[in-house]
Parts: sequence; C-alpha cells; structure tokens
Amino acid sequence: MSLRDYVTLRVGGQLFGVDAARVHDVFHPRGVTPVPLSRGEIAGVLNLRGRIVTAVCARRRLGLPPRPEGSPEPLAVGLEVHGDSYGLVIDSVDEVLKLDDEKFHAPPGNLPPRWAEIIVGVYQLEKELLIVLEPQTLLDAAHLKAA
Amino acid sequence: MDDLIAEFLTETAESLEVVDAELVRFEANPSERKTLDNIFRLVHTVKGTCGFLGLSRLEAVAHAGETLLGRFRDGKLEVNADAVTLVLHSIDRIKVILAGLEGAGIEPEGDDNDLIAQLEAMAEGQAVDLTAVQAVEVPVRPIGSEIEPAELNLPTTAPATAAPNLKTGDVDPATGRTLRLGEVSEADLEAAFAAASGPEDEPKHLKAGDLDPATGRVLRPGEVSEAELEAAFAAAEAGIEIPAPAPVAEAPKPAPVAKAAPEPLPASMGGEDLASLNNTQSIRVSVDVLEGLMTLVSEMVLTRNQLLQISRTREDSAFATPLQRLSTLTGELQDSVMKTRMQPIGAAWKKLPRLVRDLSHELHKKIDLVMDGEGTELDRQVLELIRDPLTHMVRNSADHGLETTEERIALGKPAIGTIKLAAFHEGGYIVIRISDNGKGLNTGKIREKLVEKGLANRTELETMSDQQVHRYIFAPGFSTAAKVTNLSGRGVGMDVVRTNIEQIGGQIDLNSVPGQGTTFTIKIPLTLAIVSALIVGAGGQKFAVPQTAVMELVRTGVTAEHKIERINESLVLRLREKLLPLVQLGPTLQLEAAKNEDPSFVMVIQVGERRYGLVVNDVLDTEEIVVKPLATVLRDVDVFSGATILGDGSVVLILDPNAMSERAGNMLEEKQAEESESTVDTTNDNRCAMLLFKAGSGAPKAVELEHITRLEHIEVSQIERMDGRAALQYRGKLMPILNVGDYSTIKDEGIQPLLVFTGEGYAMGLAVDEIVDVVEDRLQIELSADRPGVRGTAVVAGRACEIVDVDYYHLRGLAEHQRHPAPLGAGQSSSERAVA
Repeated sequence: MSLRDYVTLRVGGQLFGVDAARVHDVFHPRGVTPVPLSRGEIAGVLNLRGRIVTAVCARRRLGLPPRPEGSPEPLAVGLEVHGDSYGLVIDSVDEVLKLDDEKFHAPPGNLPPRWAEIIVGVYQLEKELLIVLEPQTLLDAAHLKAA
Repeated sequence: MDDLIAEFLTETAESLEVVDAELVRFEANPSERKTLDNIFRLVHTVKGTCGFLGLSRLEAVAHAGETLLGRFRDGKLEVNADAVTLVLHSIDRIKVILAGLEGAGIEPEGDDNDLIAQLEAMAEGQAVDLTAVQAVEVPVRPIGSEIEPAELNLPTTAPATAAPNLKTGDVDPATGRTLRLGEVSEADLEAAFAAASGPEDEPKHLKAGDLDPATGRVLRPGEVSEAELEAAFAAAEAGIEIPAPAPVAEAPKPAPVAKAAPEPLPASMGGEDLASLNNTQSIRVSVDVLEGLMTLVSEMVLTRNQLLQISRTREDSAFATPLQRLSTLTGELQDSVMKTRMQPIGAAWKKLPRLVRDLSHELHKKIDLVMDGEGTELDRQVLELIRDPLTHMVRNSADHGLETTEERIALGKPAIGTIKLAAFHEGGYIVIRISDNGKGLNTGKIREKLVEKGLANRTELETMSDQQVHRYIFAPGFSTAAKVTNLSGRGVGMDVVRTNIEQIGGQIDLNSVPGQGTTFTIKIPLTLAIVSALIVGAGGQKFAVPQTAVMELVRTGVTAEHKIERINESLVLRLREKLLPLVQLGPTLQLEAAKNEDPSFVMVIQVGERRYGLVVNDVLDTEEIVVKPLATVLRDVDVFSGATILGDGSVVLILDPNAMSERAGNMLEEKQAEESESTVDTTNDNRCAMLLFKAGSGAPKAVELEHITRLEHIEVSQIERMDGRAALQYRGKLMPILNVGDYSTIKDEGIQPLLVFTGEGYAMGLAVDEIVDVVEDRLQIELSADRPGVRGTAVVAGRACEIVDVDYYHLRGLAEHQRHPAPLGAGQSSSERAVA
C-alpha cells in the first residue's frame, strides 16, 4: 500500500485534489495586474515575494460560472510548470489528505473534453468524489490554447 | 574531463587568441621583437603544457611551429606572408585539436604530417608548398564561458599566461618527462648570464645568445635562479609592496634584463603572484554565479524601492537615515555586480585582425585595420550578440567597401585601404562605428537592384533620397555583389545584421559618400537586464514603455498647443509640419475603462524606420526596471515583451513598441476590411500610410501621407485670387493654391480643405473637395497614367485610386512662387505687396 499526499481544494462546490508535492505554496492572490488581450482563463500577473506569478482562474479554466457576489476572498495554489510560476485561483483549500494509490480510479469516459484532459483520476471518498487535477495540462500553454 | 586538461584548454584558448592578433601585427611589422617574443612564448607554453599532459599530437604541431618561430627570432629567416600563413595554419590546427579535446576529453585522431613537413621545410629555409597543407575549419568558441580577467587582453599579460610554464618546469622532473625549462642546467644559465654583458645590450641579443632557439630549449624564465624565485615568492606572499622588478634588480646578473625588458620579467620571476603586483588581481568566476548574483541584486533593488516607497508615506523618521544608507549601498552593489558582467568590446574584436589579414590575401587588397576604443565595456550578453554582426560587417567592408589596390592607386587614393572600428560610450549606450575609406555605396546600382528585385518601383525610387536608397541594403534578400565571392554577396547579411541589432534594442544606420567610403553606426544598450522605462497610465492600468523607443513626449488636450485631430476614424497629430499617425493605447488593448478617458499625452515612438504616436492617458514616472519574461501561456500576447515589479510592489507589463505598431497597422487593415469587401494583400511589408481624398470628378485620389505637411480647412473667402491664380496668406507668407488636375477644385463658398505640402523655403496648398480617410496599404501602381500630375492608378483600401504625383505639384508650386515678385521668406509685408 502506498500513500500519497493531496492538497484538496474546492472550485464551484466540487472537491479537487492536487499532488501535494507539486504545490509550492497557498496564498491570497492580491494586487493582480490584468493582462490585456490575454486568454480568458488568465486572471493576470502578480508579485509573490519578488517573483512574477501568472494567476489562472480555475473556474474559467473548468468552464464553471464566475464566483457569486459576496463570496469569501479566493485563494491560490502556487504551482510550477515548465519553469514558470503559476497561481491557480480557487475558492478555498480544504485539507491535506493521505490517500492510498489502490483506491485511485481512472477518470470516467463520459467527461466533457475540457475536463477529461486535465483530470488524471478520481478517488472515491466516503462522502463525495475527489477529482485529481494534473497541473501540467491544467496550465500548459498548448492545452490552454486548445481549450 | 580531467581538471588539468580543462584548465589547460581555457588557458590555451586565451593564448591562441592573443597569438592570432599578435601574428598579424608581427607580419605588418617584422622588426618588432616584442611581438615575436610574445608569440614565441605563447606557442612555447602550449607545447610545454601539452608534453606535460601527454598530448602528443598537439605537442608535435606546436613544436614544429615553435621551431619555425625560433628561426625568425634568430633572424635566420625572413618573415614573409607565406611564413605567417603557415604559422597561422598551425595555430588553426592546434585550435581544431583543442576543440576535439574539449568535446571528447582526448585528442582527436588525425595526421598532421602535411603541416609539420611544411613547417620544418620552411625552418630549414627550403621552398614550401602551402597548398600541401590542408586548411581546417576552426570551430567558433563562444566568448568567455567564463569572464576573463580584463587585463588578459593587454599584451602585458602575455607573460602571465606563460608563467605556468615556469612552474611546470620547476616541478616536473619527478614525472620523468623532461621539460624544456628543466633541461637547462645551471652551468648553461651561468654561461648565458655571462654572455649577457650589460644594460646596453639589446634584449633580443641576450635571448638569442642564451641558447639555440631552434631547439626551443630555453625561455628566459629559466634564467632566474631558484633562490631568487623563492625570494620573490616570499616577498609576494608576505604582502610586501615591492615593485615587481626589484628582486631581479637586486640579483646582479639579471639586472640588465630588467632594465632592457621590464615587461616580460616580472612574470618570469614569479608567475601570477608577482605579475599581480603589476596588474589588478583577478580570479575566474563562472558566468552562472554572476548571473545568479545579478538576479539577487535585482531583487534587492526592487525590495529597496518598495521600502523607500513605504518610508515616503510615513512620518516615522527613525528609519529614514538607515534606509537612505541601505539605499545607497544597494545602488553601489548593483553597480559593482553590473561591472562584473562588463567586458571590453575588444573581446568581440579579437578575431578581426586575423580575419582582415586573411581577407586581404584572398581579395588581393591591402587592408589596414584600425581599432579604437577596445577597452569600452559592455554587458557580456550584449557582446555575445553583436560579435557575429560585427564580423559580418567588417567582412563586407573588406569585400564590397574597399577597392582593389590597383584601383586605389589609379584613383590617387592611398594604396592601403583602411577599415576603422571605433567604440565609445554615449549615455546608456555604446556606439560602434565601422568605417572604410573605400568607394562608398553605388547608389545607381542599388536603385537598379531594387527595381529588379521588386523591392521598389521606379516612381517610388524617384522620390527617394540617396540616403533612403542606401538603407535598402538592410532589406531582406538584397545584395549588390555582381559575383558571389565565398566571403559575401549571398544576399544574406545586412538584413540579418539589422535584425540582430534591433533584437537587442539597438539601432543601425549608415552614411556613404561616393569615392570616400561608408560608415556604419550601431547604437546598442550597455545591458539588457535593466532598462529605463516610462511608466504610463491608460484604461486605469499602468504600463512600462522602454525609454529607448520614446523619442519625445507631447502634451495634448484641449488647452495644449498640440491637438489630436481625426481623419475619419484615424487619429493624427500635427507635429513640426508633419502628420504623425496615432495609436491609442487603451482602446488598442481593449481596455473598457479607456473609453471615458481623455488622452493627454502622445509618446512619439520610433521603431526602425517607422514613427508613430502612442496616445496615453497619463505619464507617471520614469523608473529603472528589471525585465522579467512572461510565462509561456502569455507569450502569444505579443504586445508585451515582459513584466516588471515596480517600487510599490505592483506588477506592470512592459509594452513592446514594435508589436504595438504592428497591431496598430492591423487595426487599420481591419477597418479597411469592414469598409470594403475586397481582400487586401497584406503579405507585403512594403506598406505606407496614404491619404484618400476626392477632388473633381472621377476616381478618388490618394497621396502618401509622408509628403503632406499639414491638413487645413480654411474659409474660401480667405483665398485671394489674381488673374486666374489663387493664393492664401499662410503663416506670414503667400502660399499658392493649386487645383488638382486641370479643372478648378477650389470651392466657391464655405470651407475649403487643403493639403499643404512644403519644400525648401516654400509651401503650397492643394485644393481638394473632401478628405476621405487615412489608410495603410501597400502601394502598387497597376495602371500607368497618361496625364501630368497622376502617377497612375492603384488599388488602395479596396478602391481604385489615382495616385497623385507630388513632384509635379511641387514643380508647379515652385513655378508659382517664382512668378511672384516678392522674395520668399521675406515676411508679411512683402507678401502683402505681392497680393497688392
């Protein structure tokens, strides 16, 4: 039995997980400078301790409706893809879960293409499903273009 | 790879670069002993170290080369071009072997007997056959994968490079391999010293007298006794400030040498330790470390800026003083770190003397290369990027610029052509000039070529100045060389040069005078890491614009002198008699908030040949910014070249002025597409802004915007008429007003739109019915005209338009002026007289 750590997070009520080893930090995306003419998923660029981080909106990436008015301040998970720093803007972070690889399932075949390519698998938790995201395809330029 | 070999490779590569340059100098002036000594020493060092490391192939070549050099040194052989070529061949061969060694860690397989045989034959004074030697292609080595100590470029350091030789000589006997230095017995030394009789003796005599150079056995380092060396080392280690030659001067025998040849001696005594008493101390640092330092310092500067920003808004002054101090120190630290990245431009020039020499032989032209300002420093990253363009341009000057020696003599010019390289600092830039005193550019030939290659048509050419025509040599696919030499003339080159230079934010221009030569001027920023930028506001957001592209700032607005005017949907600004096309930053970036803004500033931006105005809402600040690349997902947004963090911690995007202008061009195209169904060929770069107008009946007319100085709308009543001609009092002078074509286009009443053209000291107005639009399109005249004043018909923005022949109207305007009695520019009173 091999265990793996996942940072679990919520976007539009759905529970997602990202391999904890890939997550550099969790922060409030503040002082975001929008990038005109960029793709819709890009929230902008921000300064995180002297590094320029590109903020990508998870809701827009997943094709979910925008956050309702009055919801709490969003969070971002810091990820690195191809040497670039990204912040995936999400609604909230839940906890870090240790999950057994044996309970990991391949994604079902009936997902919309936008989801299918960024989901590596699904864990069946007691209460709900945990969808595991792949940062590489989530933030990769080529995949963003295709989306 | 073995550490020893790695060290050897770095050192040898440096030595060989020096040898290249020295040999060329030596050929020009064979009587200069010092140069020959330097070369000899360098080759000897290579040989000595090769033997030590067991690199037999290298050693054999170096040995044969050294033997030959020894002959020159003795004066037993005359130095001639063949000999130098041969020695250069052996240097090339050594470089090739070294490159192989660098790649594989062992000497590459190969046979050098062809070369060695010729070297030996020449040393013996026999006839040589240069063709027997296979020429080899020397791989290009990038400039300093390590920062070289700056002084290595100076001839004084040659001895320092030679120093390891000495050490090797001292230590080596243990290995059982006899090194040349070790071979010299004490008795020999004594004898040699005795032979060197006095200070009046020439140093070369001394050297020559010492031993048989043909065997290459002895360098003067060996002459200094071990005891003296020890003393010298001890002195150096103890940190006692002894003038380098002093220990030698104490020793009675070498004293004369010290006086006669002060330069090589310090090194011969104690190697680097003592040499350093004369030179600045230096260590090798890998570039990665420096890059890392640079990044850290950049971050530090940004943090400092943030701190300063905070402290400015606070009353609490306890932090003010230490913060000020921290700020100063950070600034100094930044400067120092920047300096470590600086390298003298001479590093990029090192290969040029050799190149020019080879070209000179190949082309049968006598060429002198003059270099000025080698010590001018610039960032090594920039240096690396300009090396190839520079080489190419020098090559061009030699091949195309200079005449053959016979031609020069026939023209009464000095037989030897000169290529001059100069570098100097100017502001935050380094300016490099490459000039030759050759024949200059052949304007007529370029014009023909332009037509032939379809880069311009004859009518366009007629309106172009020589300078404009000359600039076409930077156009892609252009080459005037009648025959393709193996050096240049393949039609790739100057456009690549220009692209390379513009890529690093530089500019290139040329000036050519027939019969006197051509001068290329390159202006490039000293460093790429930090640029000064203007922080501007538009659509409620801040953007950084690199200051290098901004020519000037113009304040506009209701109260300002300069007003933004509209021609249909396009904005233009009248600026010093010219119409400047404008691009609005906010709307171009599709910023919603920009819709309610009043443009208040126009930044005049120059990109290559193109000049436009960028309309912004606000100009906030100038700031030194550290350019950071954008993430890959943002690379498709071409209007931004990067991002930076400002003093207040916010991130701003850096605008790419080049991409902005292209985007502005696209906007114009899009608008055309809306207006007309037809598709416009946008593949051709040869586009220009044109003003469309209506005048009289028939097709709409078009004229290139650049010819028009101003657009005016005047009351018809202001136009004064006298016997069939019309004129207007305009800016204190009388300006003739011409009809378009033969029929009268001047209105009877109301507002008369005028296109104002100016020439040398005169102005004229062209009366038109209506100004329709300004469009950007390529000008391709398809039907030639049979009427004066019309260049032909072209499709502009999807409509067939008559293209106005500006020159025709200029001539008519001039003729009108000459008919008036009043001298031009005589002022108000005289023009009034003319009207009366």
